[in-house]
Amino acid sequence: MTSNESGSARRLRFEIFRFNPEDPASRPHMQTYELDEAPYMSLFIALNQIRETLDPSLQFDFACRSAICGSCGIMVNGRPALGCRTLTSDLPDVVRLHPLPVFKLIGDLSVDTGTWFREMVEKSEAWIHAEQAFDPEAQEARMDDDLAQAIYEGERCIECGCCVASCGVANVNPDFAGPAGLNRIARFMMDPRDTRSDADWFEVVSNSDGVFGCLGMMACHDVCPKELPLLEVYAYLRRKTLASVFADQGA
Amino acid sequence: MSTDLISTDVLVIGGGLAGERCAIEAAAAGHDVLILSLVPPRRSHSCAAQGGMQAALGNCVKAEGDNPTVHFLDTVRGSDWGADQEVASIFTQEAPVAVRELAHLGVPWTRVRGGKNSYVIKGQRVEIEEHIENDGLIMHRDFGGTAKWRACYAAAATGHAALYAVDSEVVRLGITVRDRMEAVALIHDGGRCWGAVARCLRTGRHFAVVSKATVIATGGYGRIYGQYTTNATINEGMGAVIALNTGVVPLGNMEAVQFHPTALAPSNILVTEGCRGDGAYLLDKDLHRFMVEAEPEKQELASRDVVSRHMKQRMRDGKGVDTPYGPHLWLDLRHLGEQHLTTKLREVWEICRDFVGLDPAKDLVPVQPTQHYSMGGVRVNKDGQAYNMAGLFAAGEAACWDMHGFNRLGGNSLAETVVAGRIVGRRVAEFVAKSSLDVQTGLAFAATRTAEQRAAEWLGRSGNGPSVYDIRNAMGETMMSKVGIFRTGDELEEAVAEITAMLADCDKAVLRSKVPGMNPELTFALRLKGMLRLALVTARGALLRTESRGAHYRSDYPLRNDAEWLSRTLVRWAVDADEPAFTYEPVGEIDLPPGHRGYGSDERIEMRESLQQYNDGVYERQAEHGRLATAEAPGSRLRRGEWKELV
Repeated sequence: MTSNESGSARRLRFEIFRFNPEDPASRPHMQTYELDEAPYMSLFIALNQIRETLDPSLQFDFACRSAICGSCGIMVNGRPALGCRTLTSDLPDVVRLHPLPVFKLIGDLSVDTGTWFREMVEKSEAWIHAEQAFDPEAQEARMDDDLAQAIYEGERCIECGCCVASCGVANVNPDFAGPAGLNRIARFMMDPRDTRSDADWFEVVSNSDGVFGCLGMMACHDVCPKELPLLEVYAYLRRKTLASVFADQGA
Repeated sequence: MSTDLISTDVLVIGGGLAGERCAIEAAAAGHDVLILSLVPPRRSHSCAAQGGMQAALGNCVKAEGDNPTVHFLDTVRGSDWGADQEVASIFTQEAPVAVRELAHLGVPWTRVRGGKNSYVIKGQRVEIEEHIENDGLIMHRDFGGTAKWRACYAAAATGHAALYAVDSEVVRLGITVRDRMEAVALIHDGGRCWGAVARCLRTGRHFAVVSKATVIATGGYGRIYGQYTTNATINEGMGAVIALNTGVVPLGNMEAVQFHPTALAPSNILVTEGCRGDGAYLLDKDLHRFMVEAEPEKQELASRDVVSRHMKQRMRDGKGVDTPYGPHLWLDLRHLGEQHLTTKLREVWEICRDFVGLDPAKDLVPVQPTQHYSMGGVRVNKDGQAYNMAGLFAAGEAACWDMHGFNRLGGNSLAETVVAGRIVGRRVAEFVAKSSLDVQTGLAFAATRTAEQRAAEWLGRSGNGPSVYDIRNAMGETMMSKVGIFRTGDELEEAVAEITAMLADCDKAVLRSKVPGMNPELTFALRLKGMLRLALVTARGALLRTESRGAHYRSDYPLRNDAEWLSRTLVRWAVDADEPAFTYEPVGEIDLPPGHRGYGSDERIEMRESLQQYNDGVYERQAEHGRLATAEAPGSRLRRGEWKELV
């Protein structure tokens, strides 16, 4: 239970970025709303309450409200986070909300992450490049469970865009694969079902739009709601890339 | 979108697992496919499926002897004999292929670890030696209502992993997906569907998509229970609504609503059945494990309808933990250990930490039964073809195909999405290959104008009418309190009266915001009437069905009544009619005769006629209700009598 159960409810002040590109009269500005805090109040609950009782025009995105669909990335007091699992009890009395940067604005707090991630998947061909077509008659190919768990670790990314929004490089270089993109590349690189060679991967990852574009500020690692080990992911990518260079030189 | 009309071979409404798997099948056959989705496809509610996908691979020791026939028996018993047994048979035979296909597409299924493994089974920690020769094959976990361990899983993020794999294939094939798009009406001439009118959720503009075939794959309608659902906010049932609004397409078994035993209190976020499958207990406020005496054989792993009823009864008996949000019970995972919880149940561990600040390795987890799954939906034949409307198909939770009957087993729906996607996608491809797009564009434009006028009418209302959100909240309260786990005729009559009044209120409701663009309040208002109609046919269907079957439990008619109610409810709502019309069709050809499920009550009212009498002419009778012809003869996939060597 949160502390506010014992005392009187806090009055929360929300300062929210507003802009509706579909409305010629709309100009970007901040708008303020006030709410009484309630136990277990998340930004999912608070924003819906604002929309349903104070301002029905407010745009934002939620779907699963359980931190698995990745719809609700927003800037909370300057830091990217999932709105659904951000509890107001962890926030100060004043909460400033902005849309995620990098992504195209749809309206107010709502941004177009779908297009960005589809392009990332297309560019890095983030799917299994299988040797053979699926054989419906065959038993599944075996995989060591430890390897399955290692792949699953990277697979856990929910493409919320928090890491991309936090990334200094992604904010200035639209061609940068971004933390989520690099994580996805590493996930397929370690998957033996994907037949791409080190040389194939070298083309994708070994340049300034790939892992060598990363400046190592690692905000991505700090803000990832799924706590993906991005530091290890980049080390893995750099190691694999360098190894393929040395292998080439050796040959 | 600035174009008023676009065309495609196949229009898929819904970008979750069922829709995308269906799209892949049609695109691979060379057809032009367009997917419309409310959200980017990877954010569809399929991603929230946690614990597993049922497929009888039989890879681990506790799965030995499993096969599609055992899976068939479990599924039909789970359905309380409401399922179409041929569909259950098709499903159970194809599920292993679909799961292996997902492995091919990259799902990191948990694998068998050959050698000694430690499990918790019925409250005991046991060591089992997994065969070395099975090392590396897809592993299974236990789930409710199954004779064998059968659920294939990727930790507690099975749906997420499956959805990403399938969506990657959609991207690889270059299938067009338009996200933030909502289908608001079907384009049809009363007997043939020619696509849908869509509303762009970026701009608020309407446009027509004309297609040779249209697939509804919009998932469930849990949000008619307001906040009392594990479902995502996007599960408002619009696929079922646009089918119902045709006036001729029936919805099947809408009163069959599943309540999941373990939603996290008070937010109603799902906590997977995989917890109990892996050995977690249910405890009351005295920390008593009440399911052991309630269901000595299956304990916590009876079917969901049975476990939810025992839980609700326990709370009615004053054994719930009281809170300002109402009573709850406890889920005890502590004995599974931190290592297990942070790997095989990692997403559950995160949810407990993030939403209630608890560590399930040390703390009890507050849970309560909550609306979870819609067994009902757009009634289709075994090819996924909707009744009464050529060219309209449905798959996944949006459809009543109908392998779940009155209760679906955990893990069967996630498997259904990809199995049905494969099968229905193939039928869609065959249908499209034989048809041409000889649609009158006037029909499409007229449907678009009607949709635009509906939005304009909402924006034109003024004065002091009720708020759309207040009506929605009232609907949720009525549905959960009066069309819930235990139902009575009196309460259902009240529910019908209340929802009828809400429908009248909906016509008087006024928007507070008239901003241009998508306008979130208008977007919801456009859905509200349809949601109320779904609520009404659910409540009415429950009132009319004077028996208890699966998740539909009538305290005033507590027995399953195979003499009178071995039937599937069909409901149509004729255009301009004030009320829906209910009819009942046979569940299908019955191969496994009605009997005891192996859990829950063993009392029932037996069939009066013989099975042969029931089955005689069953397909003709379904055709009278609107079932269209299938590619293969009806009944051809039923493996008659194969179950006999197992019982």
